[in-house]
Amino acid sequence: MEPRYFQKEIETMPREQLKQLQSEKLVKQVRHVYDHVPYYRDLMDKKGVTPDDIHGIEDLHKLPFLTKADLRETYPYGMLAVPLSDCVRIQSTSGTTGKRVIAYYTQKDVDLWEDCCARALVAAGTDKEDVVQVCYGYGLFTGGPGLNGGSHRVGSLTLPMSSGNTERQIQFMMDLKSTVLCCTPSYAAYIAESLKEQGYRPEDNCLKAGIFGAEPWTEEMRHDIEAGLGIKAYDIYGLTETSGPGVAFECAEQKGMHINEDHFIAEIIDPDTGEVLPEGSRGELVFTSLDKEAFPLLRYRTRDICVLNPLPCSCGRTHVRMSKPMGRSDDMMIIRGVNVFPSQIEAVLLNEGYAPNYQIVVDRAKNNDTFDVYVELSPEQFTDTVSGITAREKALAGAIRTMLGIGPIVHLVAPKTIARSEGKAVRVIDKRKLHD
Amino acid sequence: MAIKQLTVFVRNHQGALVEITELFASNGIDMRALSIADTQDFGILRAIVNNTDEAIRILRNAGHLVQSTDVIAVKISDTPGKLSGALHALNLAGINVEYLYAFLARTQRHAYVVLRVADNDAATRALEDAGFHMVSDEDIKKL
Repeated sequence: MEPRYFQKEIETMPREQLKQLQSEKLVKQVRHVYDHVPYYRDLMDKKGVTPDDIHGIEDLHKLPFLTKADLRETYPYGMLAVPLSDCVRIQSTSGTTGKRVIAYYTQKDVDLWEDCCARALVAAGTDKEDVVQVCYGYGLFTGGPGLNGGSHRVGSLTLPMSSGNTERQIQFMMDLKSTVLCCTPSYAAYIAESLKEQGYRPEDNCLKAGIFGAEPWTEEMRHDIEAGLGIKAYDIYGLTETSGPGVAFECAEQKGMHINEDHFIAEIIDPDTGEVLPEGSRGELVFTSLDKEAFPLLRYRTRDICVLNPLPCSCGRTHVRMSKPMGRSDDMMIIRGVNVFPSQIEAVLLNEGYAPNYQIVVDRAKNNDTFDVYVELSPEQFTDTVSGITAREKALAGAIRTMLGIGPIVHLVAPKTIARSEGKAVRVIDKRKLHD
Repeated sequence: MAIKQLTVFVRNHQGALVEITELFASNGIDMRALSIADTQDFGILRAIVNNTDEAIRILRNAGHLVQSTDVIAVKISDTPGKLSGALHALNLAGINVEYLYAFLARTQRHAYVVLRVADNDAATRALEDAGFHMVSDEDIKKL
């Protein structure tokens, strides 16, 4: 297939020229942030950096980092860099326990974000003849609105399905002959499974490609989805803090995701020291937004661990490729597309009268995440009937579901039986083998 | 007339049970009756022993989750239909049985049935009214 681009000139721009473009934008963006975001100005002042010190991307390392903690501290409008009246949209992370982060967008911010999603769709072979079925959630979550907007920009017929109601997804997919599917990889696997159960063969649908993101997935899972749906499956990356999906996307090569470097500068740092690591090193991914007007984050630490590959790609795109995230530099897990911090589970346990002796075990069965929580039972909670203990397990699972939006299977266990290493309980066992 | 049952949480893990029985053996705890309820994840061991307080102390010291539960025990002659009669009496009185287990006496031609119900007094009355003989902690020690 001949490579196709949404914005050819930018996507295939020679790297030297691209770096020049980044430098020009960075100088302006730092000035914009310094003048309009007192919180970041303070951080720069404390570091002894002024906008005059920033002449180009070679000076980027002088700027202070931002983390999720900064965004929480400045909630809701502390990062706003334009008058609120210039904003047209809010999106938000799932944040169920004070982890919420909101992002604001001017119309231009929305336009550029949708361009990024359009680039991803076109790289996956989408054009105006296609029928794009978007079954990411719509609403505060960026998945649905992002791909929806991108699909509009390409001129494809867009089916704004949102997530869930698999029966209806399948009915629309078959009746309206969807050709491109956008959702989480685990939902794609579930749809493939449901189609099979209903007696459909992979060649019975009209799908040719899928754009799957918002959670970690493996090459094995890609193979299963591609075989199950008879499509080519493309990865997409993004986070609410930088706009949403479309920060990086796969081309037909399927060997890393091209980062939209005209809008974002990517750095890899040592998560412990904050030092910028040489090209090709494995470390924490940091993004600087070059064009965002309302919510322009400079050197935002994603906590995702990955590697950048600047080598030329056969698709003709010159933008650097990022590997799939290989892990996190904090303890966040993504389970069934939902961000989960062990501290959230701990909060529920304390609230329900349990000691915080627990272990979270995540695994993957049939391309779906399993989620088990083991909790040590205290003498006061012990009862002599099986039904009494199972009722406690169910109640606790319900409380965790209320907190996270996804429910685990809770197992109450005897005191001091949860494995401890060097006296400290092992909180999380992730058996999904998502990373090599 | 309630008697004391020893209730122990048992891990679903090889060797978990023998760990408990060995503690009994080495400390001279004698079991009169034993029952285990098990699920995929855990088990609950229930036992009538000669010295419940001492058994609890020993198990607690070894880090086990243990409690003393009030249950009732009824003496039943070892002939067909007798257990049915006892359960019938409880049923008539509207008393629900959470669980039960039985044991035979070594010398006499009697069985003893341990019953876990919500209201021990009401169950005792219902059984005595139906002509059954209840067993006390003292009786158990003599068995």
